[in-house]
Amino acid sequence: MTATLVTPANRVAPAEAPPRRFRLPFSAWHLLLAPLAVLFAVPLLWLLVSSVMTNAEINRFPPALWPHGIDLGGYAYVLGDAMFPRWFANSLIVSATAVASNLLFGALGGYAFARLRFAGSRVLLVLMLATMAIPFQLTMIPTFIVMRELGLIDTLGALIVPSLVTPFAVFLMRQFFLSLPRELEEAAWIDGCSTIGVLFRIVLPLSRPALTTVAILTFLTTWNDLTWPLIAINHDTQYTLQLGLTTFQGLHHTEWSAVMAGNVITVVPVLLAFLGAQKAFIQSVTASGLKG
Amino acid sequence: MASRPPTPITISPAPHRVRRPRRAGPRHESATAWTFIAPAVLVILGLSVVPVVWSLLLSFQADDLVTPSRWVGLDNYDALVRDPNFGQAVRNTVVYTALYVPLSIVLGLALALVLNQRIRLVGVYRTLMFVPFVVSATAQGVLFSFILDPEFGAANSLLNRLGLSPQGFLTDPGQALFVLVGITLWSGTGFCVVVYLAALQDVPPSLVEAARLDGAGRWQVLRHVVLPTLTPITVFLVLWQTINALQVFDLVYVTTKGGPLGSTTVIVYFVWEQAFKNFTAGYGAAAAYVIAVVLFVIAAALRIARRRGQAGAAR
Repeated sequence: MTATLVTPANRVAPAEAPPRRFRLPFSAWHLLLAPLAVLFAVPLLWLLVSSVMTNAEINRFPPALWPHGIDLGGYAYVLGDAMFPRWFANSLIVSATAVASNLLFGALGGYAFARLRFAGSRVLLVLMLATMAIPFQLTMIPTFIVMRELGLIDTLGALIVPSLVTPFAVFLMRQFFLSLPRELEEAAWIDGCSTIGVLFRIVLPLSRPALTTVAILTFLTTWNDLTWPLIAINHDTQYTLQLGLTTFQGLHHTEWSAVMAGNVITVVPVLLAFLGAQKAFIQSVTASGLKG
Repeated sequence: MASRPPTPITISPAPHRVRRPRRAGPRHESATAWTFIAPAVLVILGLSVVPVVWSLLLSFQADDLVTPSRWVGLDNYDALVRDPNFGQAVRNTVVYTALYVPLSIVLGLALALVLNQRIRLVGVYRTLMFVPFVVSATAQGVLFSFILDPEFGAANSLLNRLGLSPQGFLTDPGQALFVLVGITLWSGTGFCVVVYLAALQDVPPSLVEAARLDGAGRWQVLRHVVLPTLTPITVFLVLWQTINALQVFDLVYVTTKGGPLGSTTVIVYFVWEQAFKNFTAGYGAAAAYVIAVVLFVIAAALRIARRRGQAGAAR
């Protein structure tokens, strides 16, 4: 352990002669990091493993810690379930709509705030910024009443409407547009391009990083949300995957392999998106600090 | 990693007022702007500014979400103060927050400092630590109720193999809240790691170099150069994690439903239960308002502290 590790002693008193160095073939930090990484990884690994175990393996005592073979019974059960595939589709519809509309309305709103002059723009901007600080529990009861008056409760519409555009999307796009040079847009203006033409032909093609961030964060929050679907949806045909999964667990609490298979299916879309665009994901989440 | 650390939004860099050639007059531009922002204004103001006022009004009413509501003045707030369940919800939330926020930030900072060195596999470690963050609270809850199931869970099976006595985990009133903190640490620490790692990229190398030349050791560089540079990020993370911790709901709903014996009933769970299970929406709104005011005070206090800190640094 003493090899290349900086001991507390020489960190506090650097003037002392450094200890003799035995060279490990790798940095001693790995001795700390590797077990920690395992700790982070094991629950998700266990999720995958238990989804291919049989209920018999899980339900004996003490339960098996490793499967004897790969059993896809849990997946067959879940995919053959009357509702589960439908919940997946519902989640996909809600998330995809939210992503598309946040991209569109976020870009439109952000561009207006960044480049166009209109009366009341600063007041509105400050007001929108302020709404980001409103905790959800403060708005959830009236939002439920509004959605009920609109006749949307128990439909996917109740889930889609509140997530059509977030102040975060508008702000992120505005901040990004402000960082772009104006010259290109001005040239297009002179050439007689309309505002919407400038936005869609000149500005948006340059805005991939900001659009990616909005898309990723919108997908992550709408796909993973449970609170609002729990309030707005009662009928199981309209459940999202998160809501369905917790109900499914309640109904089938001894059929763990099916519950875990369902859980894998719930997690996989986000996980695939994350692993596919890891760098963009991490940058987006860090950028969400803008909300602070 | 080239990602930018979080920076607070400033309104100040207003669009510069440069005269530019325009085809249409300001009237036209204004009309275009309003068309552009109409959807955002409608949704955002309609579903947050209006509800905030509505919630306040609701909190002075008795409302069961079905029959017309009745004005009751401050009765809801009066009842809240005396409700032992609300008191317990507040205590549980405070304990949860007081454990989760400092632990996630200290762990996040420590791990980020270790990962910020030139060692191999840093990318792999960062990925593994961050992955749980993208997993939904629902999925986390379902997974951990399984792992920690007293009878069929892997955790007790492992304890059994090690010759240790089985634990109740989420079914034990004395443990459940701490187990929830543990689960959130598992999923939330990676966020702090990633944010700190991004911020560490922005510590000016010349500053560290200068301190080294002046004879500062590793610890001194950390204490007097790196940590002060990270202060704004730390303030942001404290604020961010606190807001999230005070609003924890999904994980509680999925794992314990506030039990056992109310030991994990947190504030948002209390609000939800009052409004949508007991149909006392006015009472729930009052509870939500109390929390919102507390959140606002914390945010304001932190903002003032940050401003003072900046003024101090300028001096």
